[in-house]
Amino acid sequence: MALNPDFVGRSYPPGAPYLVGREKVREFSEALGITEPVSLDVDAAQSRGYSDVVAPPTFAVRLVMAAAESVALDPDLGLDYSRVVHGDQRFEYSRPIVAGDELLSHVTIDGIRSVAGNDMITTRTDISTTDGEHVVTSYTVLVARGTDSETA
Amino acid sequence: MNRVDVGYEIPSRDFRITRETLVRYAGASGDFNVIHWNERIAHEVGLPDVIAHGMLTMGMAIQVVTDWCEDPSALVDYGCRFTRPVVVPDDGVGATLHVSGTVTAVDDNIATVSLKAMCADVSVLGKAIARVRVG
Repeated sequence: MALNPDFVGRSYPPGAPYLVGREKVREFSEALGITEPVSLDVDAAQSRGYSDVVAPPTFAVRLVMAAAESVALDPDLGLDYSRVVHGDQRFEYSRPIVAGDELLSHVTIDGIRSVAGNDMITTRTDISTTDGEHVVTSYTVLVARGTDSETA
Repeated sequence: MNRVDVGYEIPSRDFRITRETLVRYAGASGDFNVIHWNERIAHEVGLPDVIAHGMLTMGMAIQVVTDWCEDPSALVDYGCRFTRPVVVPDDGVGATLHVSGTVTAVDDNIATVSLKAMCADVSVLGKAIARVRVG
């Protein structure tokens, strides 16, 4: 099913701020097999000049996927979310996310296209602190697989 | 970190991915998509077995870069394409992800690292590229 092209350029106001928790950063780091003390130990992080434990580079996905999902589930867009897979992902960093950050995610739909029967939607998520400091921007491509295509 | 030359191969690393890894990552990331833990559904949608979260693979792969540059603030950008699934059988062994990286460019104190993520001799990430501040 073709996606509604009117959605390109549409942006969405951020929801409530996401407060980055110290234990969440540790849990996420451990789940990735990270042993780097700066992500696990407050003293180690502070001795390196950070106010608290430093989140791994892909931590922002927690915010990105929640934001992308709210867009993808908009019935007017016409995306069948049960067929959606993550096609590609890119992050541009101003600085690492640190426990204690209160973050807002601004989502914009950058592009919609159809390739070989698959619908693809590119979202851009600008993540900044509640004080307006830019932290990271994410570009996410979600692919809704056509019913006759191979699994990616 | 010190200057680095084009062609330098950063230290590679192996990651073991078992069903336990997937369960832990699901909880930590909030991604509870059933294809990452439910064999029955994975088969129903045409997958050979449960597969790892793409973002788990992406998050593991970048560690060869962050371990090498030892400075969390050095990373400028990082992106990849999820080209092939990492299949994780429930056989007590799981899957092994082998990640290596090569410096392909150095411009204005920014090194471009091209990453290779292999699982069972198959490349699972495409265009996996990270740029880091060096020098």
